[in-house]
Amino acid sequence: MAGDVETRGCVSGIRVAESRISRLEMLQRPLVVTAQVDLVLVLVSVLALWTRLSHLSYPNAVVFDEVYYGQFVSLYMKRVFFIDDSGPPLGHMILALGAYLGGFDGNFVWNRIGAEYPSSVSVWSLRLLPALCGALCVPLVYLLTLELRFSHLSALGAALLLLLENSLIVQSRFMLLESVLIFFVLLAFFSYLRFHNTPDSSWFRYSWLLLCGASCAAAVGVKYMGVFSYLLLLGVASLHTWNLIGDQTVSVCVQCVCRFVCLLVVPVLLYVFWFYIHLSLLNRSGPHDQLMSSAFQASLQGGLSRITQGQPLEVAYGSQVTLRSSASQPIPCWLHSHKANYPIRYENGRGSSHQQQVTCYPFKDVNNWWIVKDPGSQELVVGSPPRPVRHGDVIQLVHGMTSRFLNSHDVAAPMSPHAQEVSGYINFNVSMAAQNLWRVDISNREAESEVWKTILSEVRLVHVNTSAVLKLSGVSLPDWGFRQLEVVAEKLFKGHSSSLGWTVEEHRYGISQEQKEREAELHSPTHIDVDRKISFWAKFLELQWKMLTVKQEDSEHKYSSSPLEWITMETNIAYWLHSSTNAQIHLIGNPVSWGVANLSLLAYQLLAAVYLLRRRRGFKDLPDGVWCQFVRLGCVCVGGWVVNFVPFLLMEKTLFLYHYLPALCYLYLLSPALLEHAHTHLLSNVTHRRALCVCVAAMLSSVFLSYRTFCPLTYGSPELSANQLQGLRWRDTWDILYRRR
Amino acid sequence: MAKEECITQWNKTGDTSTLRNRKTFPLSEKTFQTPSTAVSKDKNSRTGGQSSEDDTQSSNGTSAQFSVRGSLGTNEPPSRVLLMLVVGLSFSTRLYKITEPPHVCWDETHFGKMGSYYINRTFFFDVHPPLGKMLIGLAGYITGYDGTFPFIKPGDKYEHHNYWGMRGFCAVLGSFLPIFAYLIVLELSQSHTAALITASLLIFDTGCISISQYILLDPILMFFIMAAVLSMVKFNQQRHRPFTAPWWLWLVLIGVNLAGALGVKFVGLFVIVLVGLNTVWDLWRLLGDLSLSLVDIAKHFLARVVGLILLPLFIYVTIFAIHFVVLNKSGPGDGFFSSAFQSRLIGNNLHNASMPEYLAYGSTITVKNLRIAGGYLHSHWHLYPEGVGARQQQVTAYLHKDYNNLWLVHRQDNNTSQSGTPDLVRHGDIIRLEHKETTRNLHSHLHEAPLTKKHFQVTGYGTNGTGDTNDLWQVEVCGGRKGDLVKVLRSKVRFLHRATGCVLYSSGKTLPKWGWEQVEVTCSPYLKETPSSQWNIEDHINPRLPNISLSVLKPHFLEILLESHIIMIRGNSGLKPKDNEMNSKPWHWPINYQGLRFSGVNETEYRVYLLGNPVIWWMNLATLGLYLIMVAVASVALQRGFSLGPKRMEHACVLMRGGGLLLLGWLLHYVPFYTMGRVLYYHHYFPAMLFNTMLTGIKSHYILPTFPFHYIDFYLFHPLSYGMTGPLAHEPGSAMAGLKWMDSWEF
Repeated sequence: MAGDVETRGCVSGIRVAESRISRLEMLQRPLVVTAQVDLVLVLVSVLALWTRLSHLSYPNAVVFDEVYYGQFVSLYMKRVFFIDDSGPPLGHMILALGAYLGGFDGNFVWNRIGAEYPSSVSVWSLRLLPALCGALCVPLVYLLTLELRFSHLSALGAALLLLLENSLIVQSRFMLLESVLIFFVLLAFFSYLRFHNTPDSSWFRYSWLLLCGASCAAAVGVKYMGVFSYLLLLGVASLHTWNLIGDQTVSVCVQCVCRFVCLLVVPVLLYVFWFYIHLSLLNRSGPHDQLMSSAFQASLQGGLSRITQGQPLEVAYGSQVTLRSSASQPIPCWLHSHKANYPIRYENGRGSSHQQQVTCYPFKDVNNWWIVKDPGSQELVVGSPPRPVRHGDVIQLVHGMTSRFLNSHDVAAPMSPHAQEVSGYINFNVSMAAQNLWRVDISNREAESEVWKTILSEVRLVHVNTSAVLKLSGVSLPDWGFRQLEVVAEKLFKGHSSSLGWTVEEHRYGISQEQKEREAELHSPTHIDVDRKISFWAKFLELQWKMLTVKQEDSEHKYSSSPLEWITMETNIAYWLHSSTNAQIHLIGNPVSWGVANLSLLAYQLLAAVYLLRRRRGFKDLPDGVWCQFVRLGCVCVGGWVVNFVPFLLMEKTLFLYHYLPALCYLYLLSPALLEHAHTHLLSNVTHRRALCVCVAAMLSSVFLSYRTFCPLTYGSPELSANQLQGLRWRDTWDILYRRR
Repeated sequence: MAKEECITQWNKTGDTSTLRNRKTFPLSEKTFQTPSTAVSKDKNSRTGGQSSEDDTQSSNGTSAQFSVRGSLGTNEPPSRVLLMLVVGLSFSTRLYKITEPPHVCWDETHFGKMGSYYINRTFFFDVHPPLGKMLIGLAGYITGYDGTFPFIKPGDKYEHHNYWGMRGFCAVLGSFLPIFAYLIVLELSQSHTAALITASLLIFDTGCISISQYILLDPILMFFIMAAVLSMVKFNQQRHRPFTAPWWLWLVLIGVNLAGALGVKFVGLFVIVLVGLNTVWDLWRLLGDLSLSLVDIAKHFLARVVGLILLPLFIYVTIFAIHFVVLNKSGPGDGFFSSAFQSRLIGNNLHNASMPEYLAYGSTITVKNLRIAGGYLHSHWHLYPEGVGARQQQVTAYLHKDYNNLWLVHRQDNNTSQSGTPDLVRHGDIIRLEHKETTRNLHSHLHEAPLTKKHFQVTGYGTNGTGDTNDLWQVEVCGGRKGDLVKVLRSKVRFLHRATGCVLYSSGKTLPKWGWEQVEVTCSPYLKETPSSQWNIEDHINPRLPNISLSVLKPHFLEILLESHIIMIRGNSGLKPKDNEMNSKPWHWPINYQGLRFSGVNETEYRVYLLGNPVIWWMNLATLGLYLIMVAVASVALQRGFSLGPKRMEHACVLMRGGGLLLLGWLLHYVPFYTMGRVLYYHHYFPAMLFNTMLTGIKSHYILPTFPFHYIDFYLFHPLSYGMTGPLAHEPGSAMAGLKWMDSWEF
């Protein structure tokens, strides 16, 4: 035991002691290098590396969420743009870095859990970085306990609990992000406390603060969940700063500014920086393009920019355009019409105008083309010079293939009866005059007489007769409408909604008056380079906003669970099952450790309540220093558990057991520290202390035993028989798989 | 932190307010504090505002007189006159044009209808607790409304019906809001100016007027909230004289008002939290007072438990008891409740039910799930959409009574004996359930269920009763043995699927739009006996069996109470925003982004639009920001040990303590809406707005000169509340021409 190492210098760092007396003397004396190495720290680190890194490439198959993260790694390798609403990009980039170092070329289809990796994929390198992060958590916990001013024995205890936690091992050994998140969170707390504990005089301590800010940014960048810990850390830091302000002996201005910069400005900048890397890496168009605005798409290589390159910028009378709805819900689509009419009567008996259907169609199609026409002239071609359409101009829209005018009237729309029907006008001679004038309303204009621009302008088409606005209602039409999306005109007095906006995506100046020739591809001389038109900030904001608002279909997963089940570990997740044998990997925690963690949580709260009440009545059980230590322990550990657990109770997303792991780590920090507190301050009797020591020893050995017991489910080997598996099913609610032979 | 600091300063300046006031007296002889300074000469920190309110107490008689004299000398109207002014203005603005418009406005269609239900004693279901509607019904009853108006939809003319009583009642309660605000601010700040500013802000707020003038729950709710806060503030003031009569009075009043607030809407929970936090803080303070013995503290604690927990709980439960006793006739809310509950209601088919006693083949039945708020087994012509299991007919659980809930009981082999008495169904029999309307069989198979992925999908399958072997279900009476008969209403029955061995189950999850937001029905492979997998036979129609009068076990009162709460909570969270409905977001509210149309759309109609007085609301928001900045600056200064001077110190204390309380109230009544999934409306902000306005009042006295803008503004915007006809605002010639300051306003 390295108990004799001095309290502050407990790092495994190396100190160089130099004598600086005189040059002569220096020559006379030997050059001395003194190194202090905390052997315990080294030992737990080695053990952690061993438990996390051994046989890393087994199983050589896709395990659980690797199937999800893997596809993004592949897209990074191919530099194809994607959007993932589950978290910011840093986590994905770290995984991709591992893949890049291992020479992965992105050519692997991540389609199902359990699929074998081909020999060309270096599984080891894919999994290396998360495993390393997971392993480094163990020494970090050791150091963090020391920074909380507890002894080496407590630190060792915390490290052992973390070391022997089966669920953390499982979560670290695969291409998953939780271990990375936990690593950064612990690093942030460690570096902050190190900063706080270093005496004021040294400026070197601000590098710890900077490291803290950076790791906060990294934690938030890996998963949004990191925000919870970041906020807690900010809370602790602001409390310390507040006390600092109260200390009238020191000047605080510079210190406050330093803290502000390191803990707020730096993390925000770094967070944006992750996106900067993300966007600079991914510069090719891909499957998720369509969720983004046209301007964003045009900035990606391939995809839209290939189509839009060289097309004229300003929409003029006679332009042939496709109009894309700005709403990406339910799917991106273009204003469309086709040679089919609304049914005379709908299923529910309501009547329609029986005019030509106008819909929104999610695929590129020749029927998406519309011609912008001046109501005052019959020309369908662009004059020379082209006459651009400006904000507030009244236009008609002619469907390119059928030559019907876009029309709306006071007839209830098919699926949304509160809104007006939109149709391609057919004159049935039933005294229903054409109402086909639309006013162009550019909602993102900078000047009042702004020209309608391709891709950049978002326009609202306001029906002149009724002042209703052309709108994508988002409802699918029934079979008669070929399940395309309904387009309506709705009277709106209020606000902004993306379903009202339309953007010209493809655009050319029409020059042929004849219907037959109109589909000819024509390009005009005005070229624009759309790529330069969108800045990084615009891209960042759009991407971040889309990531926060894109909703995935909320589907219940077989292994999803509710937060209250996590505390008692009522649930598990099967990660992998061997294709022919009973070898399998489960996310199951170490039941003994979980029990210890829960007990210590309860004990802390009880103890804190008693102390608080008694202090309020004037009984000081603890000296002030010890009380401070006790409070700090609670703020960091119990606070950490609370902020990482309670928010999940309010969430409505699909949750899994692994969401609990960060909160669990805080409890593992708490348990040994609390035991030490009990040992030094609660038990005065020697016998009691001895009894406590025996209990702790027994507890640690049972932790180890249960770790051993669940090892086969953690590492996936050795294979167990059905009976042995049955024996491991300690809870009825665990779902362990048996293969029938 | 700030608070503690403030208190230490408070204590430094003097333990009681007398000392403090004496100290400031020479400084402020010509300021507004004069009356209160003069009054509070005894050691109990009673104040001028309070004594003027209840000056019946003899001990204060002389001081009250003194206050009048003193204030005459300083050109300040006496506090009683001010109060009368507030009362007069408040009532006159609220009661003005109370009968206009003479048709149903907005949610009157719900709450007026529910008031009528009480008068008619018809059972209904609503997501809010019953007190508000009971009071509306009572007001209507007293003023001669007979409960016959149907309140079908907004815009219906009242004609000869006596609706003014119900509106007047709400308006009277609404009129108390400025008065309460006046008293609260007076108590917190000891300043008549601040109190008067607050009251005038509320009196001339168009939004507060509109929301008070109609048959709505909000004026009642806000009345109780404000009354609770007022009693709390008064109670805090009594802290130096514990266990005296006024102390007890205010404590009990807090309890009564809390129960009232919670009894009107669950939003009342927020004010309970506010009072709770205040009480905890108070107890913590007492605990730190080492001059009190533990016994004293225990007394304090118990007094609060009785006054703030037991008493409100008792009143709240009593309200429900009255609710259940009054509403004893069957009505539109029956289907939400269990069979046992329904048997209490006169006119329900289960009340003194008479039907064949044992389930028989050939019967038409409805099957109700046994979990609380479980629905009837239901099916309809619609299919499961693509991608959700097999594309067969949907089977759901539905809370309303409907002909689509009817099922026919058949034998496994389709040959029903046509003659004689039909055979009875026994435990262990294998049956087929045919949906009466669509003639499809209840069917299950190995596809995953739409929401609960671990379960199997249940569908309607086959035509005219011909299906396949997946349509067979085994009847199992819980706790029964082979051969036992199935008792209608009383037996708990489970339906086990023959082919897969799973059990018919209602998960309680609401299906998305394609399933009409009805409740999912699945077939669960886990055979544990839970209420979700147990069903009872509710209606049982078989013409060939004799009807026997059945007595259903009457449920216990606490069971009813629990059941109705669970149903209310389910109903509340089930209020999801509809697609084409405008959806108000919490951030819209403080900036007055968008109002609510109470009545009238077109030019010819009488239009009322709920919108706060924009000047007041924006001022509130600005003050809130300013307040935060000031408190931050002041607390940093205190923490840093700068001396502020006694007068500033006192201001800072009032701002931090009084303002802090109000800020907490605002936060508690506003922030939780961000986490709510249910549909939200603009009027949800009004309780928070009251707190914000009081904060403005307190603050404006110390910081801002008072702007009379809101009076002008009130004149400009008053047509919104009192109604207008004629052209819409964006056209010239309207009463509101040029006042459409934000595009989102829709008048």
